Amino acid sequence: MTERQGFPLPSQIADVPGAENWRSMYQYFTRFTPEDDKRFWFYNSMHFPEPMPAFDTITSEIPYQAIGANTARLFVFPTTLGIEHRIVNGRVYITANPVLDPGEVARRAEAFGPRAAYYYENWDSLYEGWKERVRGLIAEIEAIEVPQLPEWEPGEAVFEARGVAQNHYLQENFARCLALYSRMWHHHTEMLMLGYGAYVVFFQFCTQAFPEISDQTVARMVAGIDVIMYRPDDELRRLARLAVDLGVDDLFTEGCVPAEVLDALAARGEAGAAWLDAFARARDPWFHVSTGDGFYHHHLSWNDDLTVPFTALPGYVAAVRAGTMHARPTAALQEERDRIASGYRELLATDDEKAAFDQMLGLCRLVFPFVEDHKFYCEHWFTTRFFQKIKAFGALLARQGVIAEADDVFHLHHTEVDQALADVALAWAAGSPPLGGAHFQPVIAERKRMLKVLRDWSPPPALGPVPEALNDPAVRMLWGVTSERIESWLHPDESEMHGVAASAGVVEGAARVLHDVNEIGQIREGEILVCPVTAPSWAPVFGKIKAAVSDIGGAMSHAAIVAREYGMPAVVGTGDATKRIRTGDRIRVDGDRGTVRVLAAAGPGADAGGD
Amino acid sequence: MPAVTDPFVLPLAAARDAATAGGKGASLGELARAGATAAPAFAVPPGFVVTAGAFAAAMEAVDPGGALRREVGSLPAADLAAIARAGAAFRERIAAAPLPAAVASAIESGYAALGAGAGADAGPGPDVAVRSSATMEDSAAASFAGLQDTYLGVAGAGPVLDHVRRCWASLYNDESVAYRRRLGMAERDAAMAVVVQRMVRPRAAGVMFTRSPVSGDRSVVAIEGTWGLGSALVAGDVTPDSFVISKITGEITSRRVSVKGRLHSFIPNGRGVTVTDAPADLRGRPCLTDEEIRALAAAAKAVEARYGVPQDIEWAVLGEPDAAAAERIVLLQSRPETVWAAKAAAPVAAPKPRPADHVLALFGKPL
Repeated sequence: MTERQGFPLPSQIADVPGAENWRSMYQYFTRFTPEDDKRFWFYNSMHFPEPMPAFDTITSEIPYQAIGANTARLFVFPTTLGIEHRIVNGRVYITANPVLDPGEVARRAEAFGPRAAYYYENWDSLYEGWKERVRGLIAEIEAIEVPQLPEWEPGEAVFEARGVAQNHYLQENFARCLALYSRMWHHHTEMLMLGYGAYVVFFQFCTQAFPEISDQTVARMVAGIDVIMYRPDDELRRLARLAVDLGVDDLFTEGCVPAEVLDALAARGEAGAAWLDAFARARDPWFHVSTGDGFYHHHLSWNDDLTVPFTALPGYVAAVRAGTMHARPTAALQEERDRIASGYRELLATDDEKAAFDQMLGLCRLVFPFVEDHKFYCEHWFTTRFFQKIKAFGALLARQGVIAEADDVFHLHHTEVDQALADVALAWAAGSPPLGGAHFQPVIAERKRMLKVLRDWSPPPALGPVPEALNDPAVRMLWGVTSERIESWLHPDESEMHGVAASAGVVEGAARVLHDVNEIGQIREGEILVCPVTAPSWAPVFGKIKAAVSDIGGAMSHAAIVAREYGMPAVVGTGDATKRIRTGDRIRVDGDRGTVRVLAAAGPGADAGGD
Repeated sequence: MPAVTDPFVLPLAAARDAATAGGKGASLGELARAGATAAPAFAVPPGFVVTAGAFAAAMEAVDPGGALRREVGSLPAADLAAIARAGAAFRERIAAAPLPAAVASAIESGYAALGAGAGADAGPGPDVAVRSSATMEDSAAASFAGLQDTYLGVAGAGPVLDHVRRCWASLYNDESVAYRRRLGMAERDAAMAVVVQRMVRPRAAGVMFTRSPVSGDRSVVAIEGTWGLGSALVAGDVTPDSFVISKITGEITSRRVSVKGRLHSFIPNGRGVTVTDAPADLRGRPCLTDEEIRALAAAAKAVEARYGVPQDIEWAVLGEPDAAAAERIVLLQSRPETVWAAKAAAPVAAPKPRPADHVLALFGKPL
């Protein structure tokens, strides 16, 4: 590999002034070492667009041990081992370890073949078993008890001869949460890397046979129409319709407060009860959808915070009343998907190529339900339950005076939370107050301050020497980074943002920058949505906007798929559009090329965004 | 209106074989007929063909018995000086010899049938393009592309007759004769039909390919265009705008808008083509709307479907974008794409025993 100049070396990154102590938040094994200067690293802005709170580093620590185990040790992918990650100034950088020795690749390929084939050949039944296991993990995480440490143990502890007091379970149950989170991630990657593998093969075939084809078109041929991620929004629409049918729709007004609406429904006799009953059934599991993508503790589910669904409901109720509420035209979407696939298939020159196309597309469609739906089970359902459980430990620590409030637990690393729980266990047993308050509260205050400072740091997109070839399919699959992408990082056009061309078309219009799905009420008809990431929670806004731009996402991301269905331009994965664009800016979204340009800045009186 | 049986001229839509109408005339005839029945329909500007029969009749007056042509046919291919001498003499005779009356009147009535000229004063008659259409053009390996002449913006019966003769004479320009001699073609088989076609006054014009000229991708239509006449593009006077659109999804996957500094436009009533600096407000603007791009792609697909092989098409878009784009498109020429057609494409993949083997093959390859 030859080296080209361009990106700073890890050792050249200076501490952000005012946050020099950022290392105190993270584990020693996440720090760059002098040896790391020799390798190429890139900033994983896709999953970690914000500086990491100490606890949230678990969303890099655990996934990377699971992914690497899957590719390097479990399935033995021939050309790649696992991913290493480092944290600098609160940002997560990663690099993949390729296997370069041809003999070693061949040796690994021998193991990989039968292992991968076993999963592909039994995909559907394995996926059924997978769902059972992950549902089991979700049930387990929900059932974990956070010991409440009463003054005395209840009598049963003695009369049933339990023999173990509650303070013991502080650390055991906390450790159990971490263990379940790790198990979930191992299952997350269990089938995902192979699922992506099928995509990579089909993408590669399509781009060779049709060099001009866009990623989004390949994605359209693969995408399933009837996938879980549409369910939460579908449920909301159903609830809106039901509200109208039952005559309780008057309660759903712009700005309504969820608790008040629910109280009012309870006072509405049979109709109210019927709606609440349907609501309760919809909530479990469909409201376990995250408002983010599950990599930060503040990505809450609809169940954690009903504001999001209740922000969307008034609009849907109005649409039902106006007769403009339409179901997703699934049959038409399916037909269009099949028309595109057969259109490309027909252009292939030989029957052999057509047969290969059928095999590869068939494989993609086989893996698609898992690839798409696993997110709901893992990043949404399990992860939001997990963070709520950790928050419950936080509430205990707050009651014990170790931290000031429950959410502060996320500013402690999980090893520190374990220490704090040991402190509490000892103190409860000894009959004295824990000592952690004096120790942890100043630390937490400093970390909160540092995170604010770190938020303003612009991390370089990559660090270290650029390897000449980055086009190994496995590495590309894991990184989502290609030589072209790096080229654009090296030669940025300051006035233009680059992302993934997710849905075709070019429009200009006024931007509406929303940092949180709770702000979707601010969207006005015909604006262009600019947001960090969209998840199914954001679905209600797509009826109003004329284009979408996100910091995070790829051609298969939620925003991309929904935008294509609405036929509106979308550029996703821009990295920092929410920072560079202000509400009121006039912008051009080019969904064909994947670029966003600010044409005219908003006036000085403009709303600087949704926060 | 000339009778259909008239051997000297044929309405464009009746031009069928290259031996009668020349290569260009036959392919324009095919294109005109295709346009009428294609879905969606597309237009070809009306016109007529001065047939190879008219050429033969005229040559009989120029070179009775064909002695002169036999003499040209016996020249060695390497003797360029002799070829130049013989060609010049032949061209002079074509210019000087009187046109047989039947041929002249057939052309005049064909021209009259194309309608009135532009403007209130109607001028001398409609503006037409006069294009040579050799009978051996586009046949097999012998492409005469560019060796014969095309005259734009000719108006009036006299000037039309004049330019028809120039097209005939172009069969005997030095390069053409040398070319035939090099290929050992029989001089008695060389004939020149002429296409006379109403000029269009395009807002934008250019070329398009029903596969990517860059990658050979057959799933796209690649369009290049500029303001005004397409000759600015063909002549290399401008860097055209370029667009790539998927035939399958209709999505415009690439658009490169360039600064188009020069403008070719034709001045009606026989005043020909002018070349000027493009107005400042047009230069950096895309010469096509998205609707026009899509309508062009639809026409391109229809042409390709009709011919069965990828095509290289000249197009023009008329009028302002307030009328439906599909109705403002005219096609000026279509011929088979030759560059990628000549390349043997290796198959991208073959089926494997199990679908999963594709993944194993890709991921098992050393870097």
